[in-house]
Amino acid sequence: MKTIGELLTILVTSSLINNVVLSQFLGLCPFLGVSKKTNTALGMGLALTFVITLSSAVCGLIYKFILIPLDMGYLQTIVFILIIAMLVQFVEMVLKKYMVSLYKALGVYLPLITTNCAVLGVALLNVQSDYNIVQGVVNGFATAIGFTIAIVIMAGIREKMYYNDVPESFKGMPIVLITAGLMAIAFTGFSGLR
Amino acid sequence: MSGEKKKGALGLQMDSPMERVFNGLIVENPTLVLMIGMCPTLAVTTSAINGITMGLATTFVLALSNAVIALLHKIIPDTVRIPAFIVVIASFVTLVQLLLAAYIPSLNDALGVYIPLIVVNCIIFGRAEAYASKHAVVPSFFDGIGMGLGFTCAITCIGLVRELIGSGTAFNIQILGEGTVIPGSVGNFLAMYQPVRIFVMQAGAFFVLACLIAFMNRVKRNMAAKGKDTSKFGVGGCCTVNTAGAPVKINAEKKEEDK
Repeated sequence: MKTIGELLTILVTSSLINNVVLSQFLGLCPFLGVSKKTNTALGMGLALTFVITLSSAVCGLIYKFILIPLDMGYLQTIVFILIIAMLVQFVEMVLKKYMVSLYKALGVYLPLITTNCAVLGVALLNVQSDYNIVQGVVNGFATAIGFTIAIVIMAGIREKMYYNDVPESFKGMPIVLITAGLMAIAFTGFSGLR
Repeated sequence: MSGEKKKGALGLQMDSPMERVFNGLIVENPTLVLMIGMCPTLAVTTSAINGITMGLATTFVLALSNAVIALLHKIIPDTVRIPAFIVVIASFVTLVQLLLAAYIPSLNDALGVYIPLIVVNCIIFGRAEAYASKHAVVPSFFDGIGMGLGFTCAITCIGLVRELIGSGTAFNIQILGEGTVIPGSVGNFLAMYQPVRIFVMQAGAFFVLACLIAFMNRVKRNMAAKGKDTSKFGVGGCCTVNTAGAPVKINAEKKEEDK
């Protein structure tokens, strides 16, 4: 039971307490860019969940069984970014062939994920915190869920904010950042869960 | 303009080293004007020292990867240029990471995962794609230096503001609040300052950046009102540029594939 407890701790910590966007500033780009509508935000979140979970598994396996035995741990950054770029292409091809409806739903967001620092960040953090493969996958999944929660809330707020009267200079990105800051304050409340 | 060399930033000769450096520092400052590379800008600016280290590390990677890409762009086939650029950039990032870990381990620990994440910094890839892959080695190298220094200045300033308001220090020297290094009555006055902790927390980063962009929006509006060229100003957020541009580009590529 101890392991399950540990996994649950990782799940809560990575998704809520150390929220990837609001407390670690990873994956800010899509968070600010693709959060104009709730359903596209959800699509982005799901695509990211899929890719992060898969990539943390593959990166974990390759790190443990290829890089460590060959004593080439220092190559992690290069290897991981190439794996992620490859994986995104591969996922795109598979979805295009076998799951056309899902591909159409996620299509546009998939290529953008390669440049999302959250994916590489999670792979590197898994190695840094000495997670084993299962813990790594859970951490990846939880991180992505945290991202999805944050981006969907943000999109909801932005949809409402469209009708608000915002000072001229703060229109566009500044007010979104202020909102993100307020969300970050709200999310620090989750540290009580620890 | 016949017979005259093309003038670039500040009236200097176009693509000369000096012109490139000033272009990156002022005219096309990546953080303040182009608004790219926002993730590290927010994440590492808790103090001025973190900002300066991150900026210099990025400058190093940017200058060398720009030079190498300018050298290789004729050999690299267009279809595989993105993975090739990423490998070049990632190699230099690994180099920086190992150097920092060997010589300044404390800063390496403070910056942590954000050093390897220089790989996915939009500034580096953006310059490789927009400048280095079209120009010669020397101007590309100085373009990297200029852009890198522009980024360094911007994030050091943001770091300084956050550090000063959030913990009353500048470059780790206590200036405001209790234990100030400034002597006399001025010091006594400054010691009354209570640090606003939220500025060194995550939320502070968002607020400072929001105010900065709002200020730049105002500058842009004033310039537009006076009829000056504002086309160089970014729309805010690295990735708005990315997300706005990329799907269109990807769709265009798909259409070509379908044909």
